[in-house]
Amino acid sequence: MAALLISGGRVLDPSQGIDKVADLLIVKGKIAWIGEKGKAPSHSDLKTINATGLVVCPGFIDLHCHLREPGFEDKETISTGTKAAAKGGFTTVCCMPNTTPPLDSRASIDYVKKIAEAEGVVQVLPIGCITKARHGKELTEMNELAAAGVIGFSDDGDPVASSRIISLAMDYSRALNIPIIDHCEDKELSDGGFMNDGWVSTRLGLKGIPKAAEEVVVARDLLLSQMTGSKLHIAHVSTADSVELIRRAKEKGIAVTAEVTPHHLTLTEERVMGSRLEKNQQLMYDTNAKVNPPLRTKEDIDALVQGLRDGTIDAIATDHAPHIVADKMCEFGLAAFGISGLETALASLMGLVHNRQLDLKTIISRLTVEPGKIIGTRYGQLGTLKLGCRADVCLFDPNKEWVVDSREFASKGKNTPYDGYHLKGKVKMTLVAGQVVFKAE
Amino acid sequence: MRTIESRSGIAAPDTFPPSSTAVWQHSHILDLDDFTREEINLVLEIADAMAEVLTREVKKVPTLRGKTVVTLFYEPSTRTRASFELAAKNLSADTVSIDASKSSVVKGESLIDSLRTIQALGADIIVMRHSQSGAPYLAVQEVNSSVINAGDGWHAHPSQALLDLYTIRHHLGRTDNLKIAIIGDIMHSRVARSNIWGMTTMGANVVLCSPATLLPRGLNSFIENCQLQNISIENKIEPALENADVVMLLRLQMERQQSGLLPSLREYIQQYQLTTERLSLAKPKALVMHPGPINEGIEVSLEVAHGAQSVIEEQVSNGVAIRMALLYLIAGGKNK
Repeated sequence: MAALLISGGRVLDPSQGIDKVADLLIVKGKIAWIGEKGKAPSHSDLKTINATGLVVCPGFIDLHCHLREPGFEDKETISTGTKAAAKGGFTTVCCMPNTTPPLDSRASIDYVKKIAEAEGVVQVLPIGCITKARHGKELTEMNELAAAGVIGFSDDGDPVASSRIISLAMDYSRALNIPIIDHCEDKELSDGGFMNDGWVSTRLGLKGIPKAAEEVVVARDLLLSQMTGSKLHIAHVSTADSVELIRRAKEKGIAVTAEVTPHHLTLTEERVMGSRLEKNQQLMYDTNAKVNPPLRTKEDIDALVQGLRDGTIDAIATDHAPHIVADKMCEFGLAAFGISGLETALASLMGLVHNRQLDLKTIISRLTVEPGKIIGTRYGQLGTLKLGCRADVCLFDPNKEWVVDSREFASKGKNTPYDGYHLKGKVKMTLVAGQVVFKAE
Repeated sequence: MRTIESRSGIAAPDTFPPSSTAVWQHSHILDLDDFTREEINLVLEIADAMAEVLTREVKKVPTLRGKTVVTLFYEPSTRTRASFELAAKNLSADTVSIDASKSSVVKGESLIDSLRTIQALGADIIVMRHSQSGAPYLAVQEVNSSVINAGDGWHAHPSQALLDLYTIRHHLGRTDNLKIAIIGDIMHSRVARSNIWGMTTMGANVVLCSPATLLPRGLNSFIENCQLQNISIENKIEPALENADVVMLLRLQMERQQSGLLPSLREYIQQYQLTTERLSLAKPKALVMHPGPINEGIEVSLEVAHGAQSVIEEQVSNGVAIRMALLYLIAGGKNK
């Protein structure tokens, strides 16, 4: 295998505190050297990539995405989903188990791994179910799922309602040192709601999902994590009070980590009324902004940004949820929840950097080293450019302006609320184990 | 019959007010949130002209001859549907009535496919009723026909709000500075939502009164964010009724009690039923209104519903004139 020199980029690796213009040498798929431009050790058969003006960072890790295979191959496959990931700068994606059949057995986990091996262009790490068939009644064979390679346990969008069952899951899986990942939602409180319960839902006559539907379960889970001593990871935090609950739990030493999505960091409930890209645009019921948890308010965004800044929120995860057109081209109440998020993640987040709400290093650490820590080291050290580690690398232009066109997505899911948005920041190249898996034209 | 030609080339009744189409800006009628005071006034004026037509021996004008009006109802309805169909027939339109709860929808056809089919059949105007809020907003993105919202979910029912305004103005001569109390299930009411826009635009003071479980949690911030003036909220019926010029009751769906929003109908009746005694708190000639259908003995007592101050039946009659006005304006608006 040839050696590859990525030359003249701004090497940004929060895992090592590196942020400098440097050359990065990859040999045999591993990081071999980082140093001053032009000083790389000579190498026969060396290919050079000019990265001038680009940021060179560890490939992103997505703790939360939906690849839909097996069962919903019309929405996405492991092949198309990982291509979308590569286009978004992701080199590792963790797929949720709400497939058909669900990932609640060794056989289904093995199936996903096998397809990922054959057809995936980035690393796919499965998340296993907490309960059989995600019914919230009986625990899965968690030891066997762990042996099969799951990096977390989650019943995803059908969270375990029973406090007893979730605490048993925590107890039972504690020794595995793998987190319970909870989509925190009290389904009784959300009661079939469609969007954030607030002024927009009132105006549109849509049933609201109160913030408390998330927060009461966040609070419950934190207390149960404290009781059991088990690792807990809170999926897609969306409200200010959830952030505050997690902050206080961390201060108390509870073993909790948390993630937030790019859309919850950049869009509010008002987006449901339309993108407002043009003045006087007609009021809409935009199903592309229908997502669970729902888009919230400016105050929530501020708290989520602060949570990222102070480390209360560890990771940024996409909750990539691709759907076919028919799932979204319908009445708002009947439309599927979810946003196809892999290919707009970085660019939408870069808006926060350009607006000076967050610095680039924070964003990158929450996309690389921090989610890497949550996964642990059973798949090697992830989210870093340390010497000897697998060369999963993302190169992006932080200032490149582009217009989102969902028709160009690699994902089968064209369901994005960012369609037509002018974003600044674009992935130029993605490498997995030193191999180019995506290159912008 | 004498008719004049309006600027849009649509034949109008002779009492048609001049200079009207300059004010009118809509090719669809989805809600009153984007209606100006002038536009609402225009609808009410044209409805007056239409009401005159309805007093004639032959209640028919050729205004919409050659136009096809399709009523597409995904929810059962008696008065709204009959009202729109009569309105269209009085204007000489061809009408097709589709009860979507019994047709292709049962076979799994999507709303968009149904709309495209109806458009392909040549519908100029689609009058639609749907249980999902926002359905007509989806419709206008997909078809070229004009769409009139005849009620969508909890969201809007603009023709009802307009006929309410028409009825109020007919009796009280104005809408400015009137105290209008809307009492009942605000949360699930499209009538209340459209009336909030229409009545505040027309200068009325609106008091919303409901048990807290039937009020949207976001109501205050909705009022604030939409910069709606002169709306207040009361939990108890008595202060809401005090000195009111108009009392509008909303239908209480029985399933609200079953889903836990109310402890019992008994307590609702005790706390919120409009009785003769309570009505005496309002102004002596206060109007009693209800969009129907009424649960007699629940939100309103039998005596009050059929009492001297009740204009509930008149609301129904006025509905035809208002819907004639809307069909007329929409048909004209298309030719702008």
